[in-house]
Amino acid sequence: MSLLLFLEQTLNGLQLGVTLFLMAAGLTLVFGIMNMVNLAHGSLYMVGAFFAASFTQWTGSFFLALPLAILATFVVGVLVEAIALRTLYARDHLDQVLATFGLILFFNELTKIIWGPISIFMDVPPLLSGRVELIAGAPYPIYRLAVLAVGLAVALGLWWLIARTRLGMLIRAGASNREMVGALGVDISRLYMLVFGLGAALAALAGAMAGPIYVVEVGMGDAMLIKTFVVIVIGGIGSIRGAFVAAVIVGLVDTFGRIVPAQLGLPTAIAEMAIYILMAFVLFFKPTGLFAARA
Amino acid sequence: MTGLKLDRRTWFVIVLLAALALLPLVAIATDNDYQIAQFRRILIFAIAAVSLDLILGYGGMVSLGHAAFFGVGAYIVAILNWHAAREVPLFGMMLGTHNVLVTWTAAVVLSGALAGLIGLVSLRTTGIYFIMITLAFAQMVYFFFVSLRAYGGDDGLRFPGDTVILGLIDTENDVAFYYLVFGILCAVLYATRRLVNSRFGMVVQGCRENERRMKALGFATFRYKLACFALAGALAGLAGALFAANESYISPSIMHWTRSGDLIVMVVLGGMGTLIGPVVGALAFLFLEKTLPDYTEHWMVVFGPILLLLVLFARRGIFGWFLPKEDRHGGSH
Repeated sequence: MSLLLFLEQTLNGLQLGVTLFLMAAGLTLVFGIMNMVNLAHGSLYMVGAFFAASFTQWTGSFFLALPLAILATFVVGVLVEAIALRTLYARDHLDQVLATFGLILFFNELTKIIWGPISIFMDVPPLLSGRVELIAGAPYPIYRLAVLAVGLAVALGLWWLIARTRLGMLIRAGASNREMVGALGVDISRLYMLVFGLGAALAALAGAMAGPIYVVEVGMGDAMLIKTFVVIVIGGIGSIRGAFVAAVIVGLVDTFGRIVPAQLGLPTAIAEMAIYILMAFVLFFKPTGLFAARA
Repeated sequence: MTGLKLDRRTWFVIVLLAALALLPLVAIATDNDYQIAQFRRILIFAIAAVSLDLILGYGGMVSLGHAAFFGVGAYIVAILNWHAAREVPLFGMMLGTHNVLVTWTAAVVLSGALAGLIGLVSLRTTGIYFIMITLAFAQMVYFFFVSLRAYGGDDGLRFPGDTVILGLIDTENDVAFYYLVFGILCAVLYATRRLVNSRFGMVVQGCRENERRMKALGFATFRYKLACFALAGALAGLAGALFAANESYISPSIMHWTRSGDLIVMVVLGGMGTLIGPVVGALAFLFLEKTLPDYTEHWMVVFGPILLLLVLFARRGIFGWFLPKEDRHGGSH
């Protein structure tokens, strides 16, 4: 593998990594704080992407559409929490799996009804189109760099939110002992709603930014959801730091897993399997992930 | 239960099995012969659902990857048959075979062994971790078969199966094959019923209720759970083998993770932790899947919320409604 290809793929891997982090950050909090399995998180990613595609069409600007899509998905997330999920917190994991599995079917089909079964191709916003030669001889798409930058900025912002604000303190406290937080007089149901909405907004951001890179289509969230699970399991449920480290690792492994085996003459079967092998490996030695938030 | 006094549970089982036994005769009498293959398919999924009930209902292990074992069983039968038909050596040494004694046994043993391996890693975790790691392993298996270009990859594999099973049953004969599958379902139900009421079954159920206490009592809980998980995988592999024989065509889509979700739906819909419930659940689920699209192309937009309502308001499942109150037990609490 040439050095140029290596650098280019590293950037690709990092960019997938931050996208995964945006998904994982919200979901790991939902898992950790509410002790809730939410399979429908991928649906919010998909809904965010479809909103972004439609708003871009209506407003003519991707940069206007992005905040609108995030806001709209935030509202969808809060509604889903209030209508369907709130009653499930006290239930066992099996109930949560079943109910949110039902939500996936519902959202996929509803999206098909509203936007039709045909995939939508979003254009890269003109301001960010084209390539830039970061490394001499290897022009890299500006848009992908922008996604990487936004992802890193959001990661930094989340760190600030979690580590330095009162809300963050409550979130951390909730992740380690939610009964105690409730007993100390915090309005737990409002905290849950906020955390869920925040997760939905982050998923929407990830989906909307992924739109111009991949394709906006029904079911796009499902594949993303499972990769996000891998990230969360490797990172440790409830840990934002773990989610970040694991997201970068999974992003890189997934990207290089598609190139390295072919170059070494190994069967390409490893490509899609690489991250799952990695996860099995990590869990065998650390059954609660790299940075477990709870004992 | 003494003498001829049968309780409601037993009546339910008798009526259900009798109805299933009569189904092909009714179909023939009403000129619906073409439906028999469809019914057979339902029974095959019922076997898979019963196997999932072992770990889900009795073991309290929420596995979101059960379809992988079903798929592996199906693929083993398909691959052995495919090699036999093409006379291409497998692994450069042995030929495939059409003999169901070999292919079905291989399917059961290998999917059970795979479940044992996956269980070895997965059962070290609990709760959300367990759900996600079983899902991830299933994805691994799924992508493995997607990438096997030699066996059709994404497009799947069409193969000529054995038409005469054990020199007795002709798979071309819809009715005979139906009764073979029905007989296997009954045997599986009987064996699993004996198993869950045995000492082994009691230990596994004890782990569901309180694993720490079982450990304190001196049970090597991990081994019991692992054995249960592997056994469920083997039975799912058997169902997969039957599925392959039934369809003569398989593709990786049968082990897509949503298929694992479907199996969970069947178990809970019918009544978890009852063994017979999942049979009812498979019937109801596949019936809905077949009939709802007649009303609207977008049936899933109705079916999704039905699942949600099922969880919220009808947790005991269809079979649970027939049981007297004190008899009801279902799954983890």
